[in-house]
Amino acid sequence: MSNAVAHADAHGHAHAHHPALQHHFDTMGQQKEAAVVGMWVFLLTEILFFGGLFAAYMIYRVWYFDAFAEASRSLSLFWGGLNTAVLIGSSLTMAMAVRGAQTNKRAATVNWLILTMILGTVFLGVKVIEYADKFEHHHVPGYNFQWAAAHEAPAAGGEHAAPAAEGAAAEPHRELALNGDQLQLTTQIYFSLYFTMTGLHALHMIIGIGIMLVITWMAWKGKFDAEYYTPVEMAGLYWHFVDIVWIFLFPLLYLVERHT
Amino acid sequence: MLDKLKIPERHYLNNGHGLASWLLTKDHKRIAIMYLISISVMFFLGGLFAVGIRLELATPQGDFVQADTYNKFFTMHGVIMVFFFLIPSIPAVLGNFLIPPMIGAKDLAFPRINLLSLYIYWIGGVFTLYAMISGGVDTGWTFYTPYSATGSNTNVVPTALGIFIAGFSSILTGLNFIVTIHRMRAPGMTWFRLPLFVWAHYATSLVQVLGTPVIAITIVMLGVERALGFGIFDPGRGGDPVLFQHLFWFYSHPAVYIMILPALGVMSELVSTFTKKTIFGYSFVAFSSLAIAVFGFIVWAHHMFVSGISTYAAMVFSFLSFSVAIPSAVKVFNWTATLYKGAISFETPMLYAYGFMGLFLIGGLTGLFLATLGVDIHLHDTYFVVAHFHYIMVGGAIMGYLGGLHFWWPKMTGRMYSEFFSRIAAILVFVGFNLTFFPQFVVGYLGMPRRYHSYPDEMQVLNVLSSAGASVLGLGYLLPVIYFLWSLKYGQVAGPNPWGASGLEWQTQSPPLTENFLEVPVVEHEPYEYEHIVAKEKHLV
Repeated sequence: MSNAVAHADAHGHAHAHHPALQHHFDTMGQQKEAAVVGMWVFLLTEILFFGGLFAAYMIYRVWYFDAFAEASRSLSLFWGGLNTAVLIGSSLTMAMAVRGAQTNKRAATVNWLILTMILGTVFLGVKVIEYADKFEHHHVPGYNFQWAAAHEAPAAGGEHAAPAAEGAAAEPHRELALNGDQLQLTTQIYFSLYFTMTGLHALHMIIGIGIMLVITWMAWKGKFDAEYYTPVEMAGLYWHFVDIVWIFLFPLLYLVERHT
Repeated sequence: MLDKLKIPERHYLNNGHGLASWLLTKDHKRIAIMYLISISVMFFLGGLFAVGIRLELATPQGDFVQADTYNKFFTMHGVIMVFFFLIPSIPAVLGNFLIPPMIGAKDLAFPRINLLSLYIYWIGGVFTLYAMISGGVDTGWTFYTPYSATGSNTNVVPTALGIFIAGFSSILTGLNFIVTIHRMRAPGMTWFRLPLFVWAHYATSLVQVLGTPVIAITIVMLGVERALGFGIFDPGRGGDPVLFQHLFWFYSHPAVYIMILPALGVMSELVSTFTKKTIFGYSFVAFSSLAIAVFGFIVWAHHMFVSGISTYAAMVFSFLSFSVAIPSAVKVFNWTATLYKGAISFETPMLYAYGFMGLFLIGGLTGLFLATLGVDIHLHDTYFVVAHFHYIMVGGAIMGYLGGLHFWWPKMTGRMYSEFFSRIAAILVFVGFNLTFFPQFVVGYLGMPRRYHSYPDEMQVLNVLSSAGASVLGLGYLLPVIYFLWSLKYGQVAGPNPWGASGLEWQTQSPPLTENFLEVPVVEHEPYEYEHIVAKEKHLV
């Protein structure tokens, strides 16, 4: 494009610019500041994006606390806890990758990035196991949603599911004021939020891993140095943000009322 | 003197030819031109649906179209006009084009993201157009649940998806502006030397960045409920449809300020330029933009006074809604004070500015009627509401947009349009607009509900007036297309500063270079220093 050529000519004079400096910025410092401000504004939009879901969660949790507590107990603390540890670990490895780029250590940057991607993939793998379990127990909202089945007999086969549900509907359910029908409806709201929240979070992780693939390739090609490592840092900010979302999701979804 | 002016040899329009040089450009000015074309297409498409609505309402009986078709007409009119015309209009066209030269920058901070936002807008538009062609949608532009989630049999999901996608275009534009205004100002361009147009866009960008994600997530929730059978808003499953309204209006009320704030910014430029005076109370006008943006976020429930929200909440929201009138009135009073003893002139952009002031005033004051709890119960969902928001969105936002387009057209193209025909168009728009929408205040007060395709016989006179006005208005909107296109080839060469305006964007050639300025400008004067400029000119003479 003639555009690019003109700028290349214009910038060919005097002192040499860093190859990563775009034509409309004066200095590398200005370029980096712009990226940092832009990224934080973007993360702000992300907070509001998830914020809508958190608002809905808050309202329904107050309205249907018993159902939320019941449904929350059906999630696996082991898998949830493991995933929390994995994600916190991946934030550490991400921070190490940024440090590697800052200190001109190409191999370290690439290795830490790869490790971060592996941890991210482990998280998603665990999520697949958990989702599969929800499908098996009819805990996916929609026409096939069935609350009582899994709750009464988690290990039982499919043919016991329907009668168990009717049984739950007939007698008052434990100490809860809700009867089975209401639980059937309101636990569905919990699971609707569970799948929307964790699904969107997982989507953000997939996008994060995609971004990291590109960054890793760029790092491998030696595009970054102590003067220019903005993309690594921005990917890092995004990744930490996705982690923090999970730090909120885990207690809100898994730990509603675990002491009983 | 004018005949000596020539179009400069090198400018952004001839820097590269052919389709690829446009579709792959990173130049904010070319992107703005592509936005201008795109939103104009959308505007006339949305206008077609308005034609359908006004034709139907010319007679009391529902005889032109079926009720279902009518529902689709007003829905598509609203969706296209709000999300695909008004929200991008001034920011994506004028803001995109002008913010970098106004602050002395070569481009926006993220040129590629700017181009991306245009592509996202196109993709969103394609989804919505697909929904329209394959049967339309009939929920109203507000998509209220549970009708939109479980009741309607029309293309809710593709339309909502189009809005979801277009929202990201709006977010990216806002993000780009915020970073640009923070980090790309030329030496000497301090915050309080920024043109008020830039302040208004800064406030707009905050709303875009903070509000749009919330409508995005609301659409996601609506989408999973409708497409996957999740239960979030479904009252049949214990969900709360009013929650949808809260989330929807948390964005869609501030969205009104996305439409009107940039128009307020345009107005400040016009009033100052065509009175040749420093704007009265610069910092008040600047901060009133921010105040409107902030207040805009805490008034949303005034759309829901009859939706069953708590009376106490309604009272609070009513009072907060009144408070929006304060910064709005600050602006109008300051413009009026600027006019006082100014060298007032009547060029086309200023005609739009005069029109704007009157219509915005009526639109704003009728907003106070609607914010009053008792009155709102009578007026809710009547044509009074329709008239009120058209006074703000059409009388305000579109008048501001057209005023700005006429003002900066010579900067964008280097040529002048016909002053005679443009004045006629401005008058047609003003007369046509009032004839269309003023009767709707009356008919609404008399109790005609919105969204019905038939009405009692005694309301026919007012409705016929409204339909007649709409055709005058339509003519007023078509005329500029003709003389603007004509001006591209035959218009008089404008020169760098045809209006004698003070802004930095007028210090460079028209049309500007791709990099806007030959060298980075250094700003040494306060904004709108016409006394200084006029004094200098007199001295030279």
